[in-house]
Amino acid sequence: MNEVLEITLRSLGVSGAATLIAAAFGLPLGLWLGARGAGRLARSLLYAGMGLPPVVVGLFFYFLFSRSGPLGGLGLLYTLPAVAVAESVLAFPLIAGFTMAGVASRAEGVRRLVKSLGGNELQAFLTLLAESRRVVVAALAAGFGAVISEVGAVTIVGGDIRHATRVLTTAVVLETRKGELERAAVLGLLLLGVTLVVSGLLVVFGEREAA
Amino acid sequence: MIEAEGLERRYPGFRLFLDRLEARPGEVLAVVGPSGAGKSTLLRLLAGLEAPDRGRLRRRGPAVYLDQQPYLLERTVLENAAFGLRLKGWPAARARVRAREWLERVGLSGLAARPARGLSGGERVRLALARALAVEPAALLLDEPTANLDPANVARIEALIGAERAAGRAVVLVTHNLFQARRLADRALFLLEGTAVEAGPAAAFFERPADPRTRAFLSGAMVW
Repeated sequence: MNEVLEITLRSLGVSGAATLIAAAFGLPLGLWLGARGAGRLARSLLYAGMGLPPVVVGLFFYFLFSRSGPLGGLGLLYTLPAVAVAESVLAFPLIAGFTMAGVASRAEGVRRLVKSLGGNELQAFLTLLAESRRVVVAALAAGFGAVISEVGAVTIVGGDIRHATRVLTTAVVLETRKGELERAAVLGLLLLGVTLVVSGLLVVFGEREAA
Repeated sequence: MIEAEGLERRYPGFRLFLDRLEARPGEVLAVVGPSGAGKSTLLRLLAGLEAPDRGRLRRRGPAVYLDQQPYLLERTVLENAAFGLRLKGWPAARARVRAREWLERVGLSGLAARPARGLSGGERVRLALARALAVEPAALLLDEPTANLDPANVARIEALIGAERAAGRAVVLVTHNLFQARRLADRALFLLEGTAVEAGPAAAFFERPADPRTRAFLSGAMVW
């Protein structure tokens, strides 16, 4: 297989997996916090998490998965699953935080509307879920965009191994260092294109039902 | 019909208390007063959106509350109008038929397929009214429905309120517009700092207010 295609597909796969893992935990948490009203501590923690330094997260998982680390026996260091897990930690606060903020901004209006029309709390919650589709799309796009463009954690945990863990961002860094600027620019444009296409697909399919 | 007795709601630094209040079928009760008097809180209590700390509240039939800035769902105009009926378990097709009738009455039938979020201010209020009226409430609780609207939309909405009164609905109208209160109200209530200062038939309330604070408010001498 063409190496550029291989790297692109790997980037898509590992970033998609990381986004899905983060969404599995972040979406329910964000919906719950947004619907019930998050306290200051929860908001502060999530917003702080949005700025987690990728290299610190990478280092944490390096220690965790290194041979002498607590999970060293799993042999995950320099593998794609380890990269996906580390990146999901970076995407999680983004997805949960954006979802929380978006849902919270709608929660009171939806609750008041449903209650004033004679509906119950369950109907209010279900309506809030339906009203939050665009919020979820934005949260997923933010999470995916963050992980596919991330280079610190993926380098530390993945090691940028050719035909194994090399992704678009690490390939751009490598080509730049080698002085292959034209190749680096093509890979960079490819990265931008992939992000644009995935975001576009999320908007088209995620908001399809919305008026 | 809504009846309230000894209704009390407390917030830090604020207390709303009403000894007695009635919203009668076929009548518009205008609630006037300066900002922060407790008018919106009163409406939310009457609607059951907030629970009173003390007092008795009796509603005969459903009462629908219309917010100052009504929340429109991210759906079409028609789906918004049918929303209350869907909450009540109406089948989608039947709810849409009824919703179309109400859109016709508020002059929005031509916009049924449009996204509701794209409507103008006046259209948004008319849609919210159609959505509220589609569920056939016994009482309509309106919180400044014409604030910041152009005269044409104000006239349309006032005509709708008049028609609902004629149809036998109880209407409680919170408004800052004293001219509107005069035009629409059968009875009026003046709230000041959470307390009912004066209430009575609209003609007497506006022409011969008994309390000096009401006189000051109606004449514009009360600055707030």
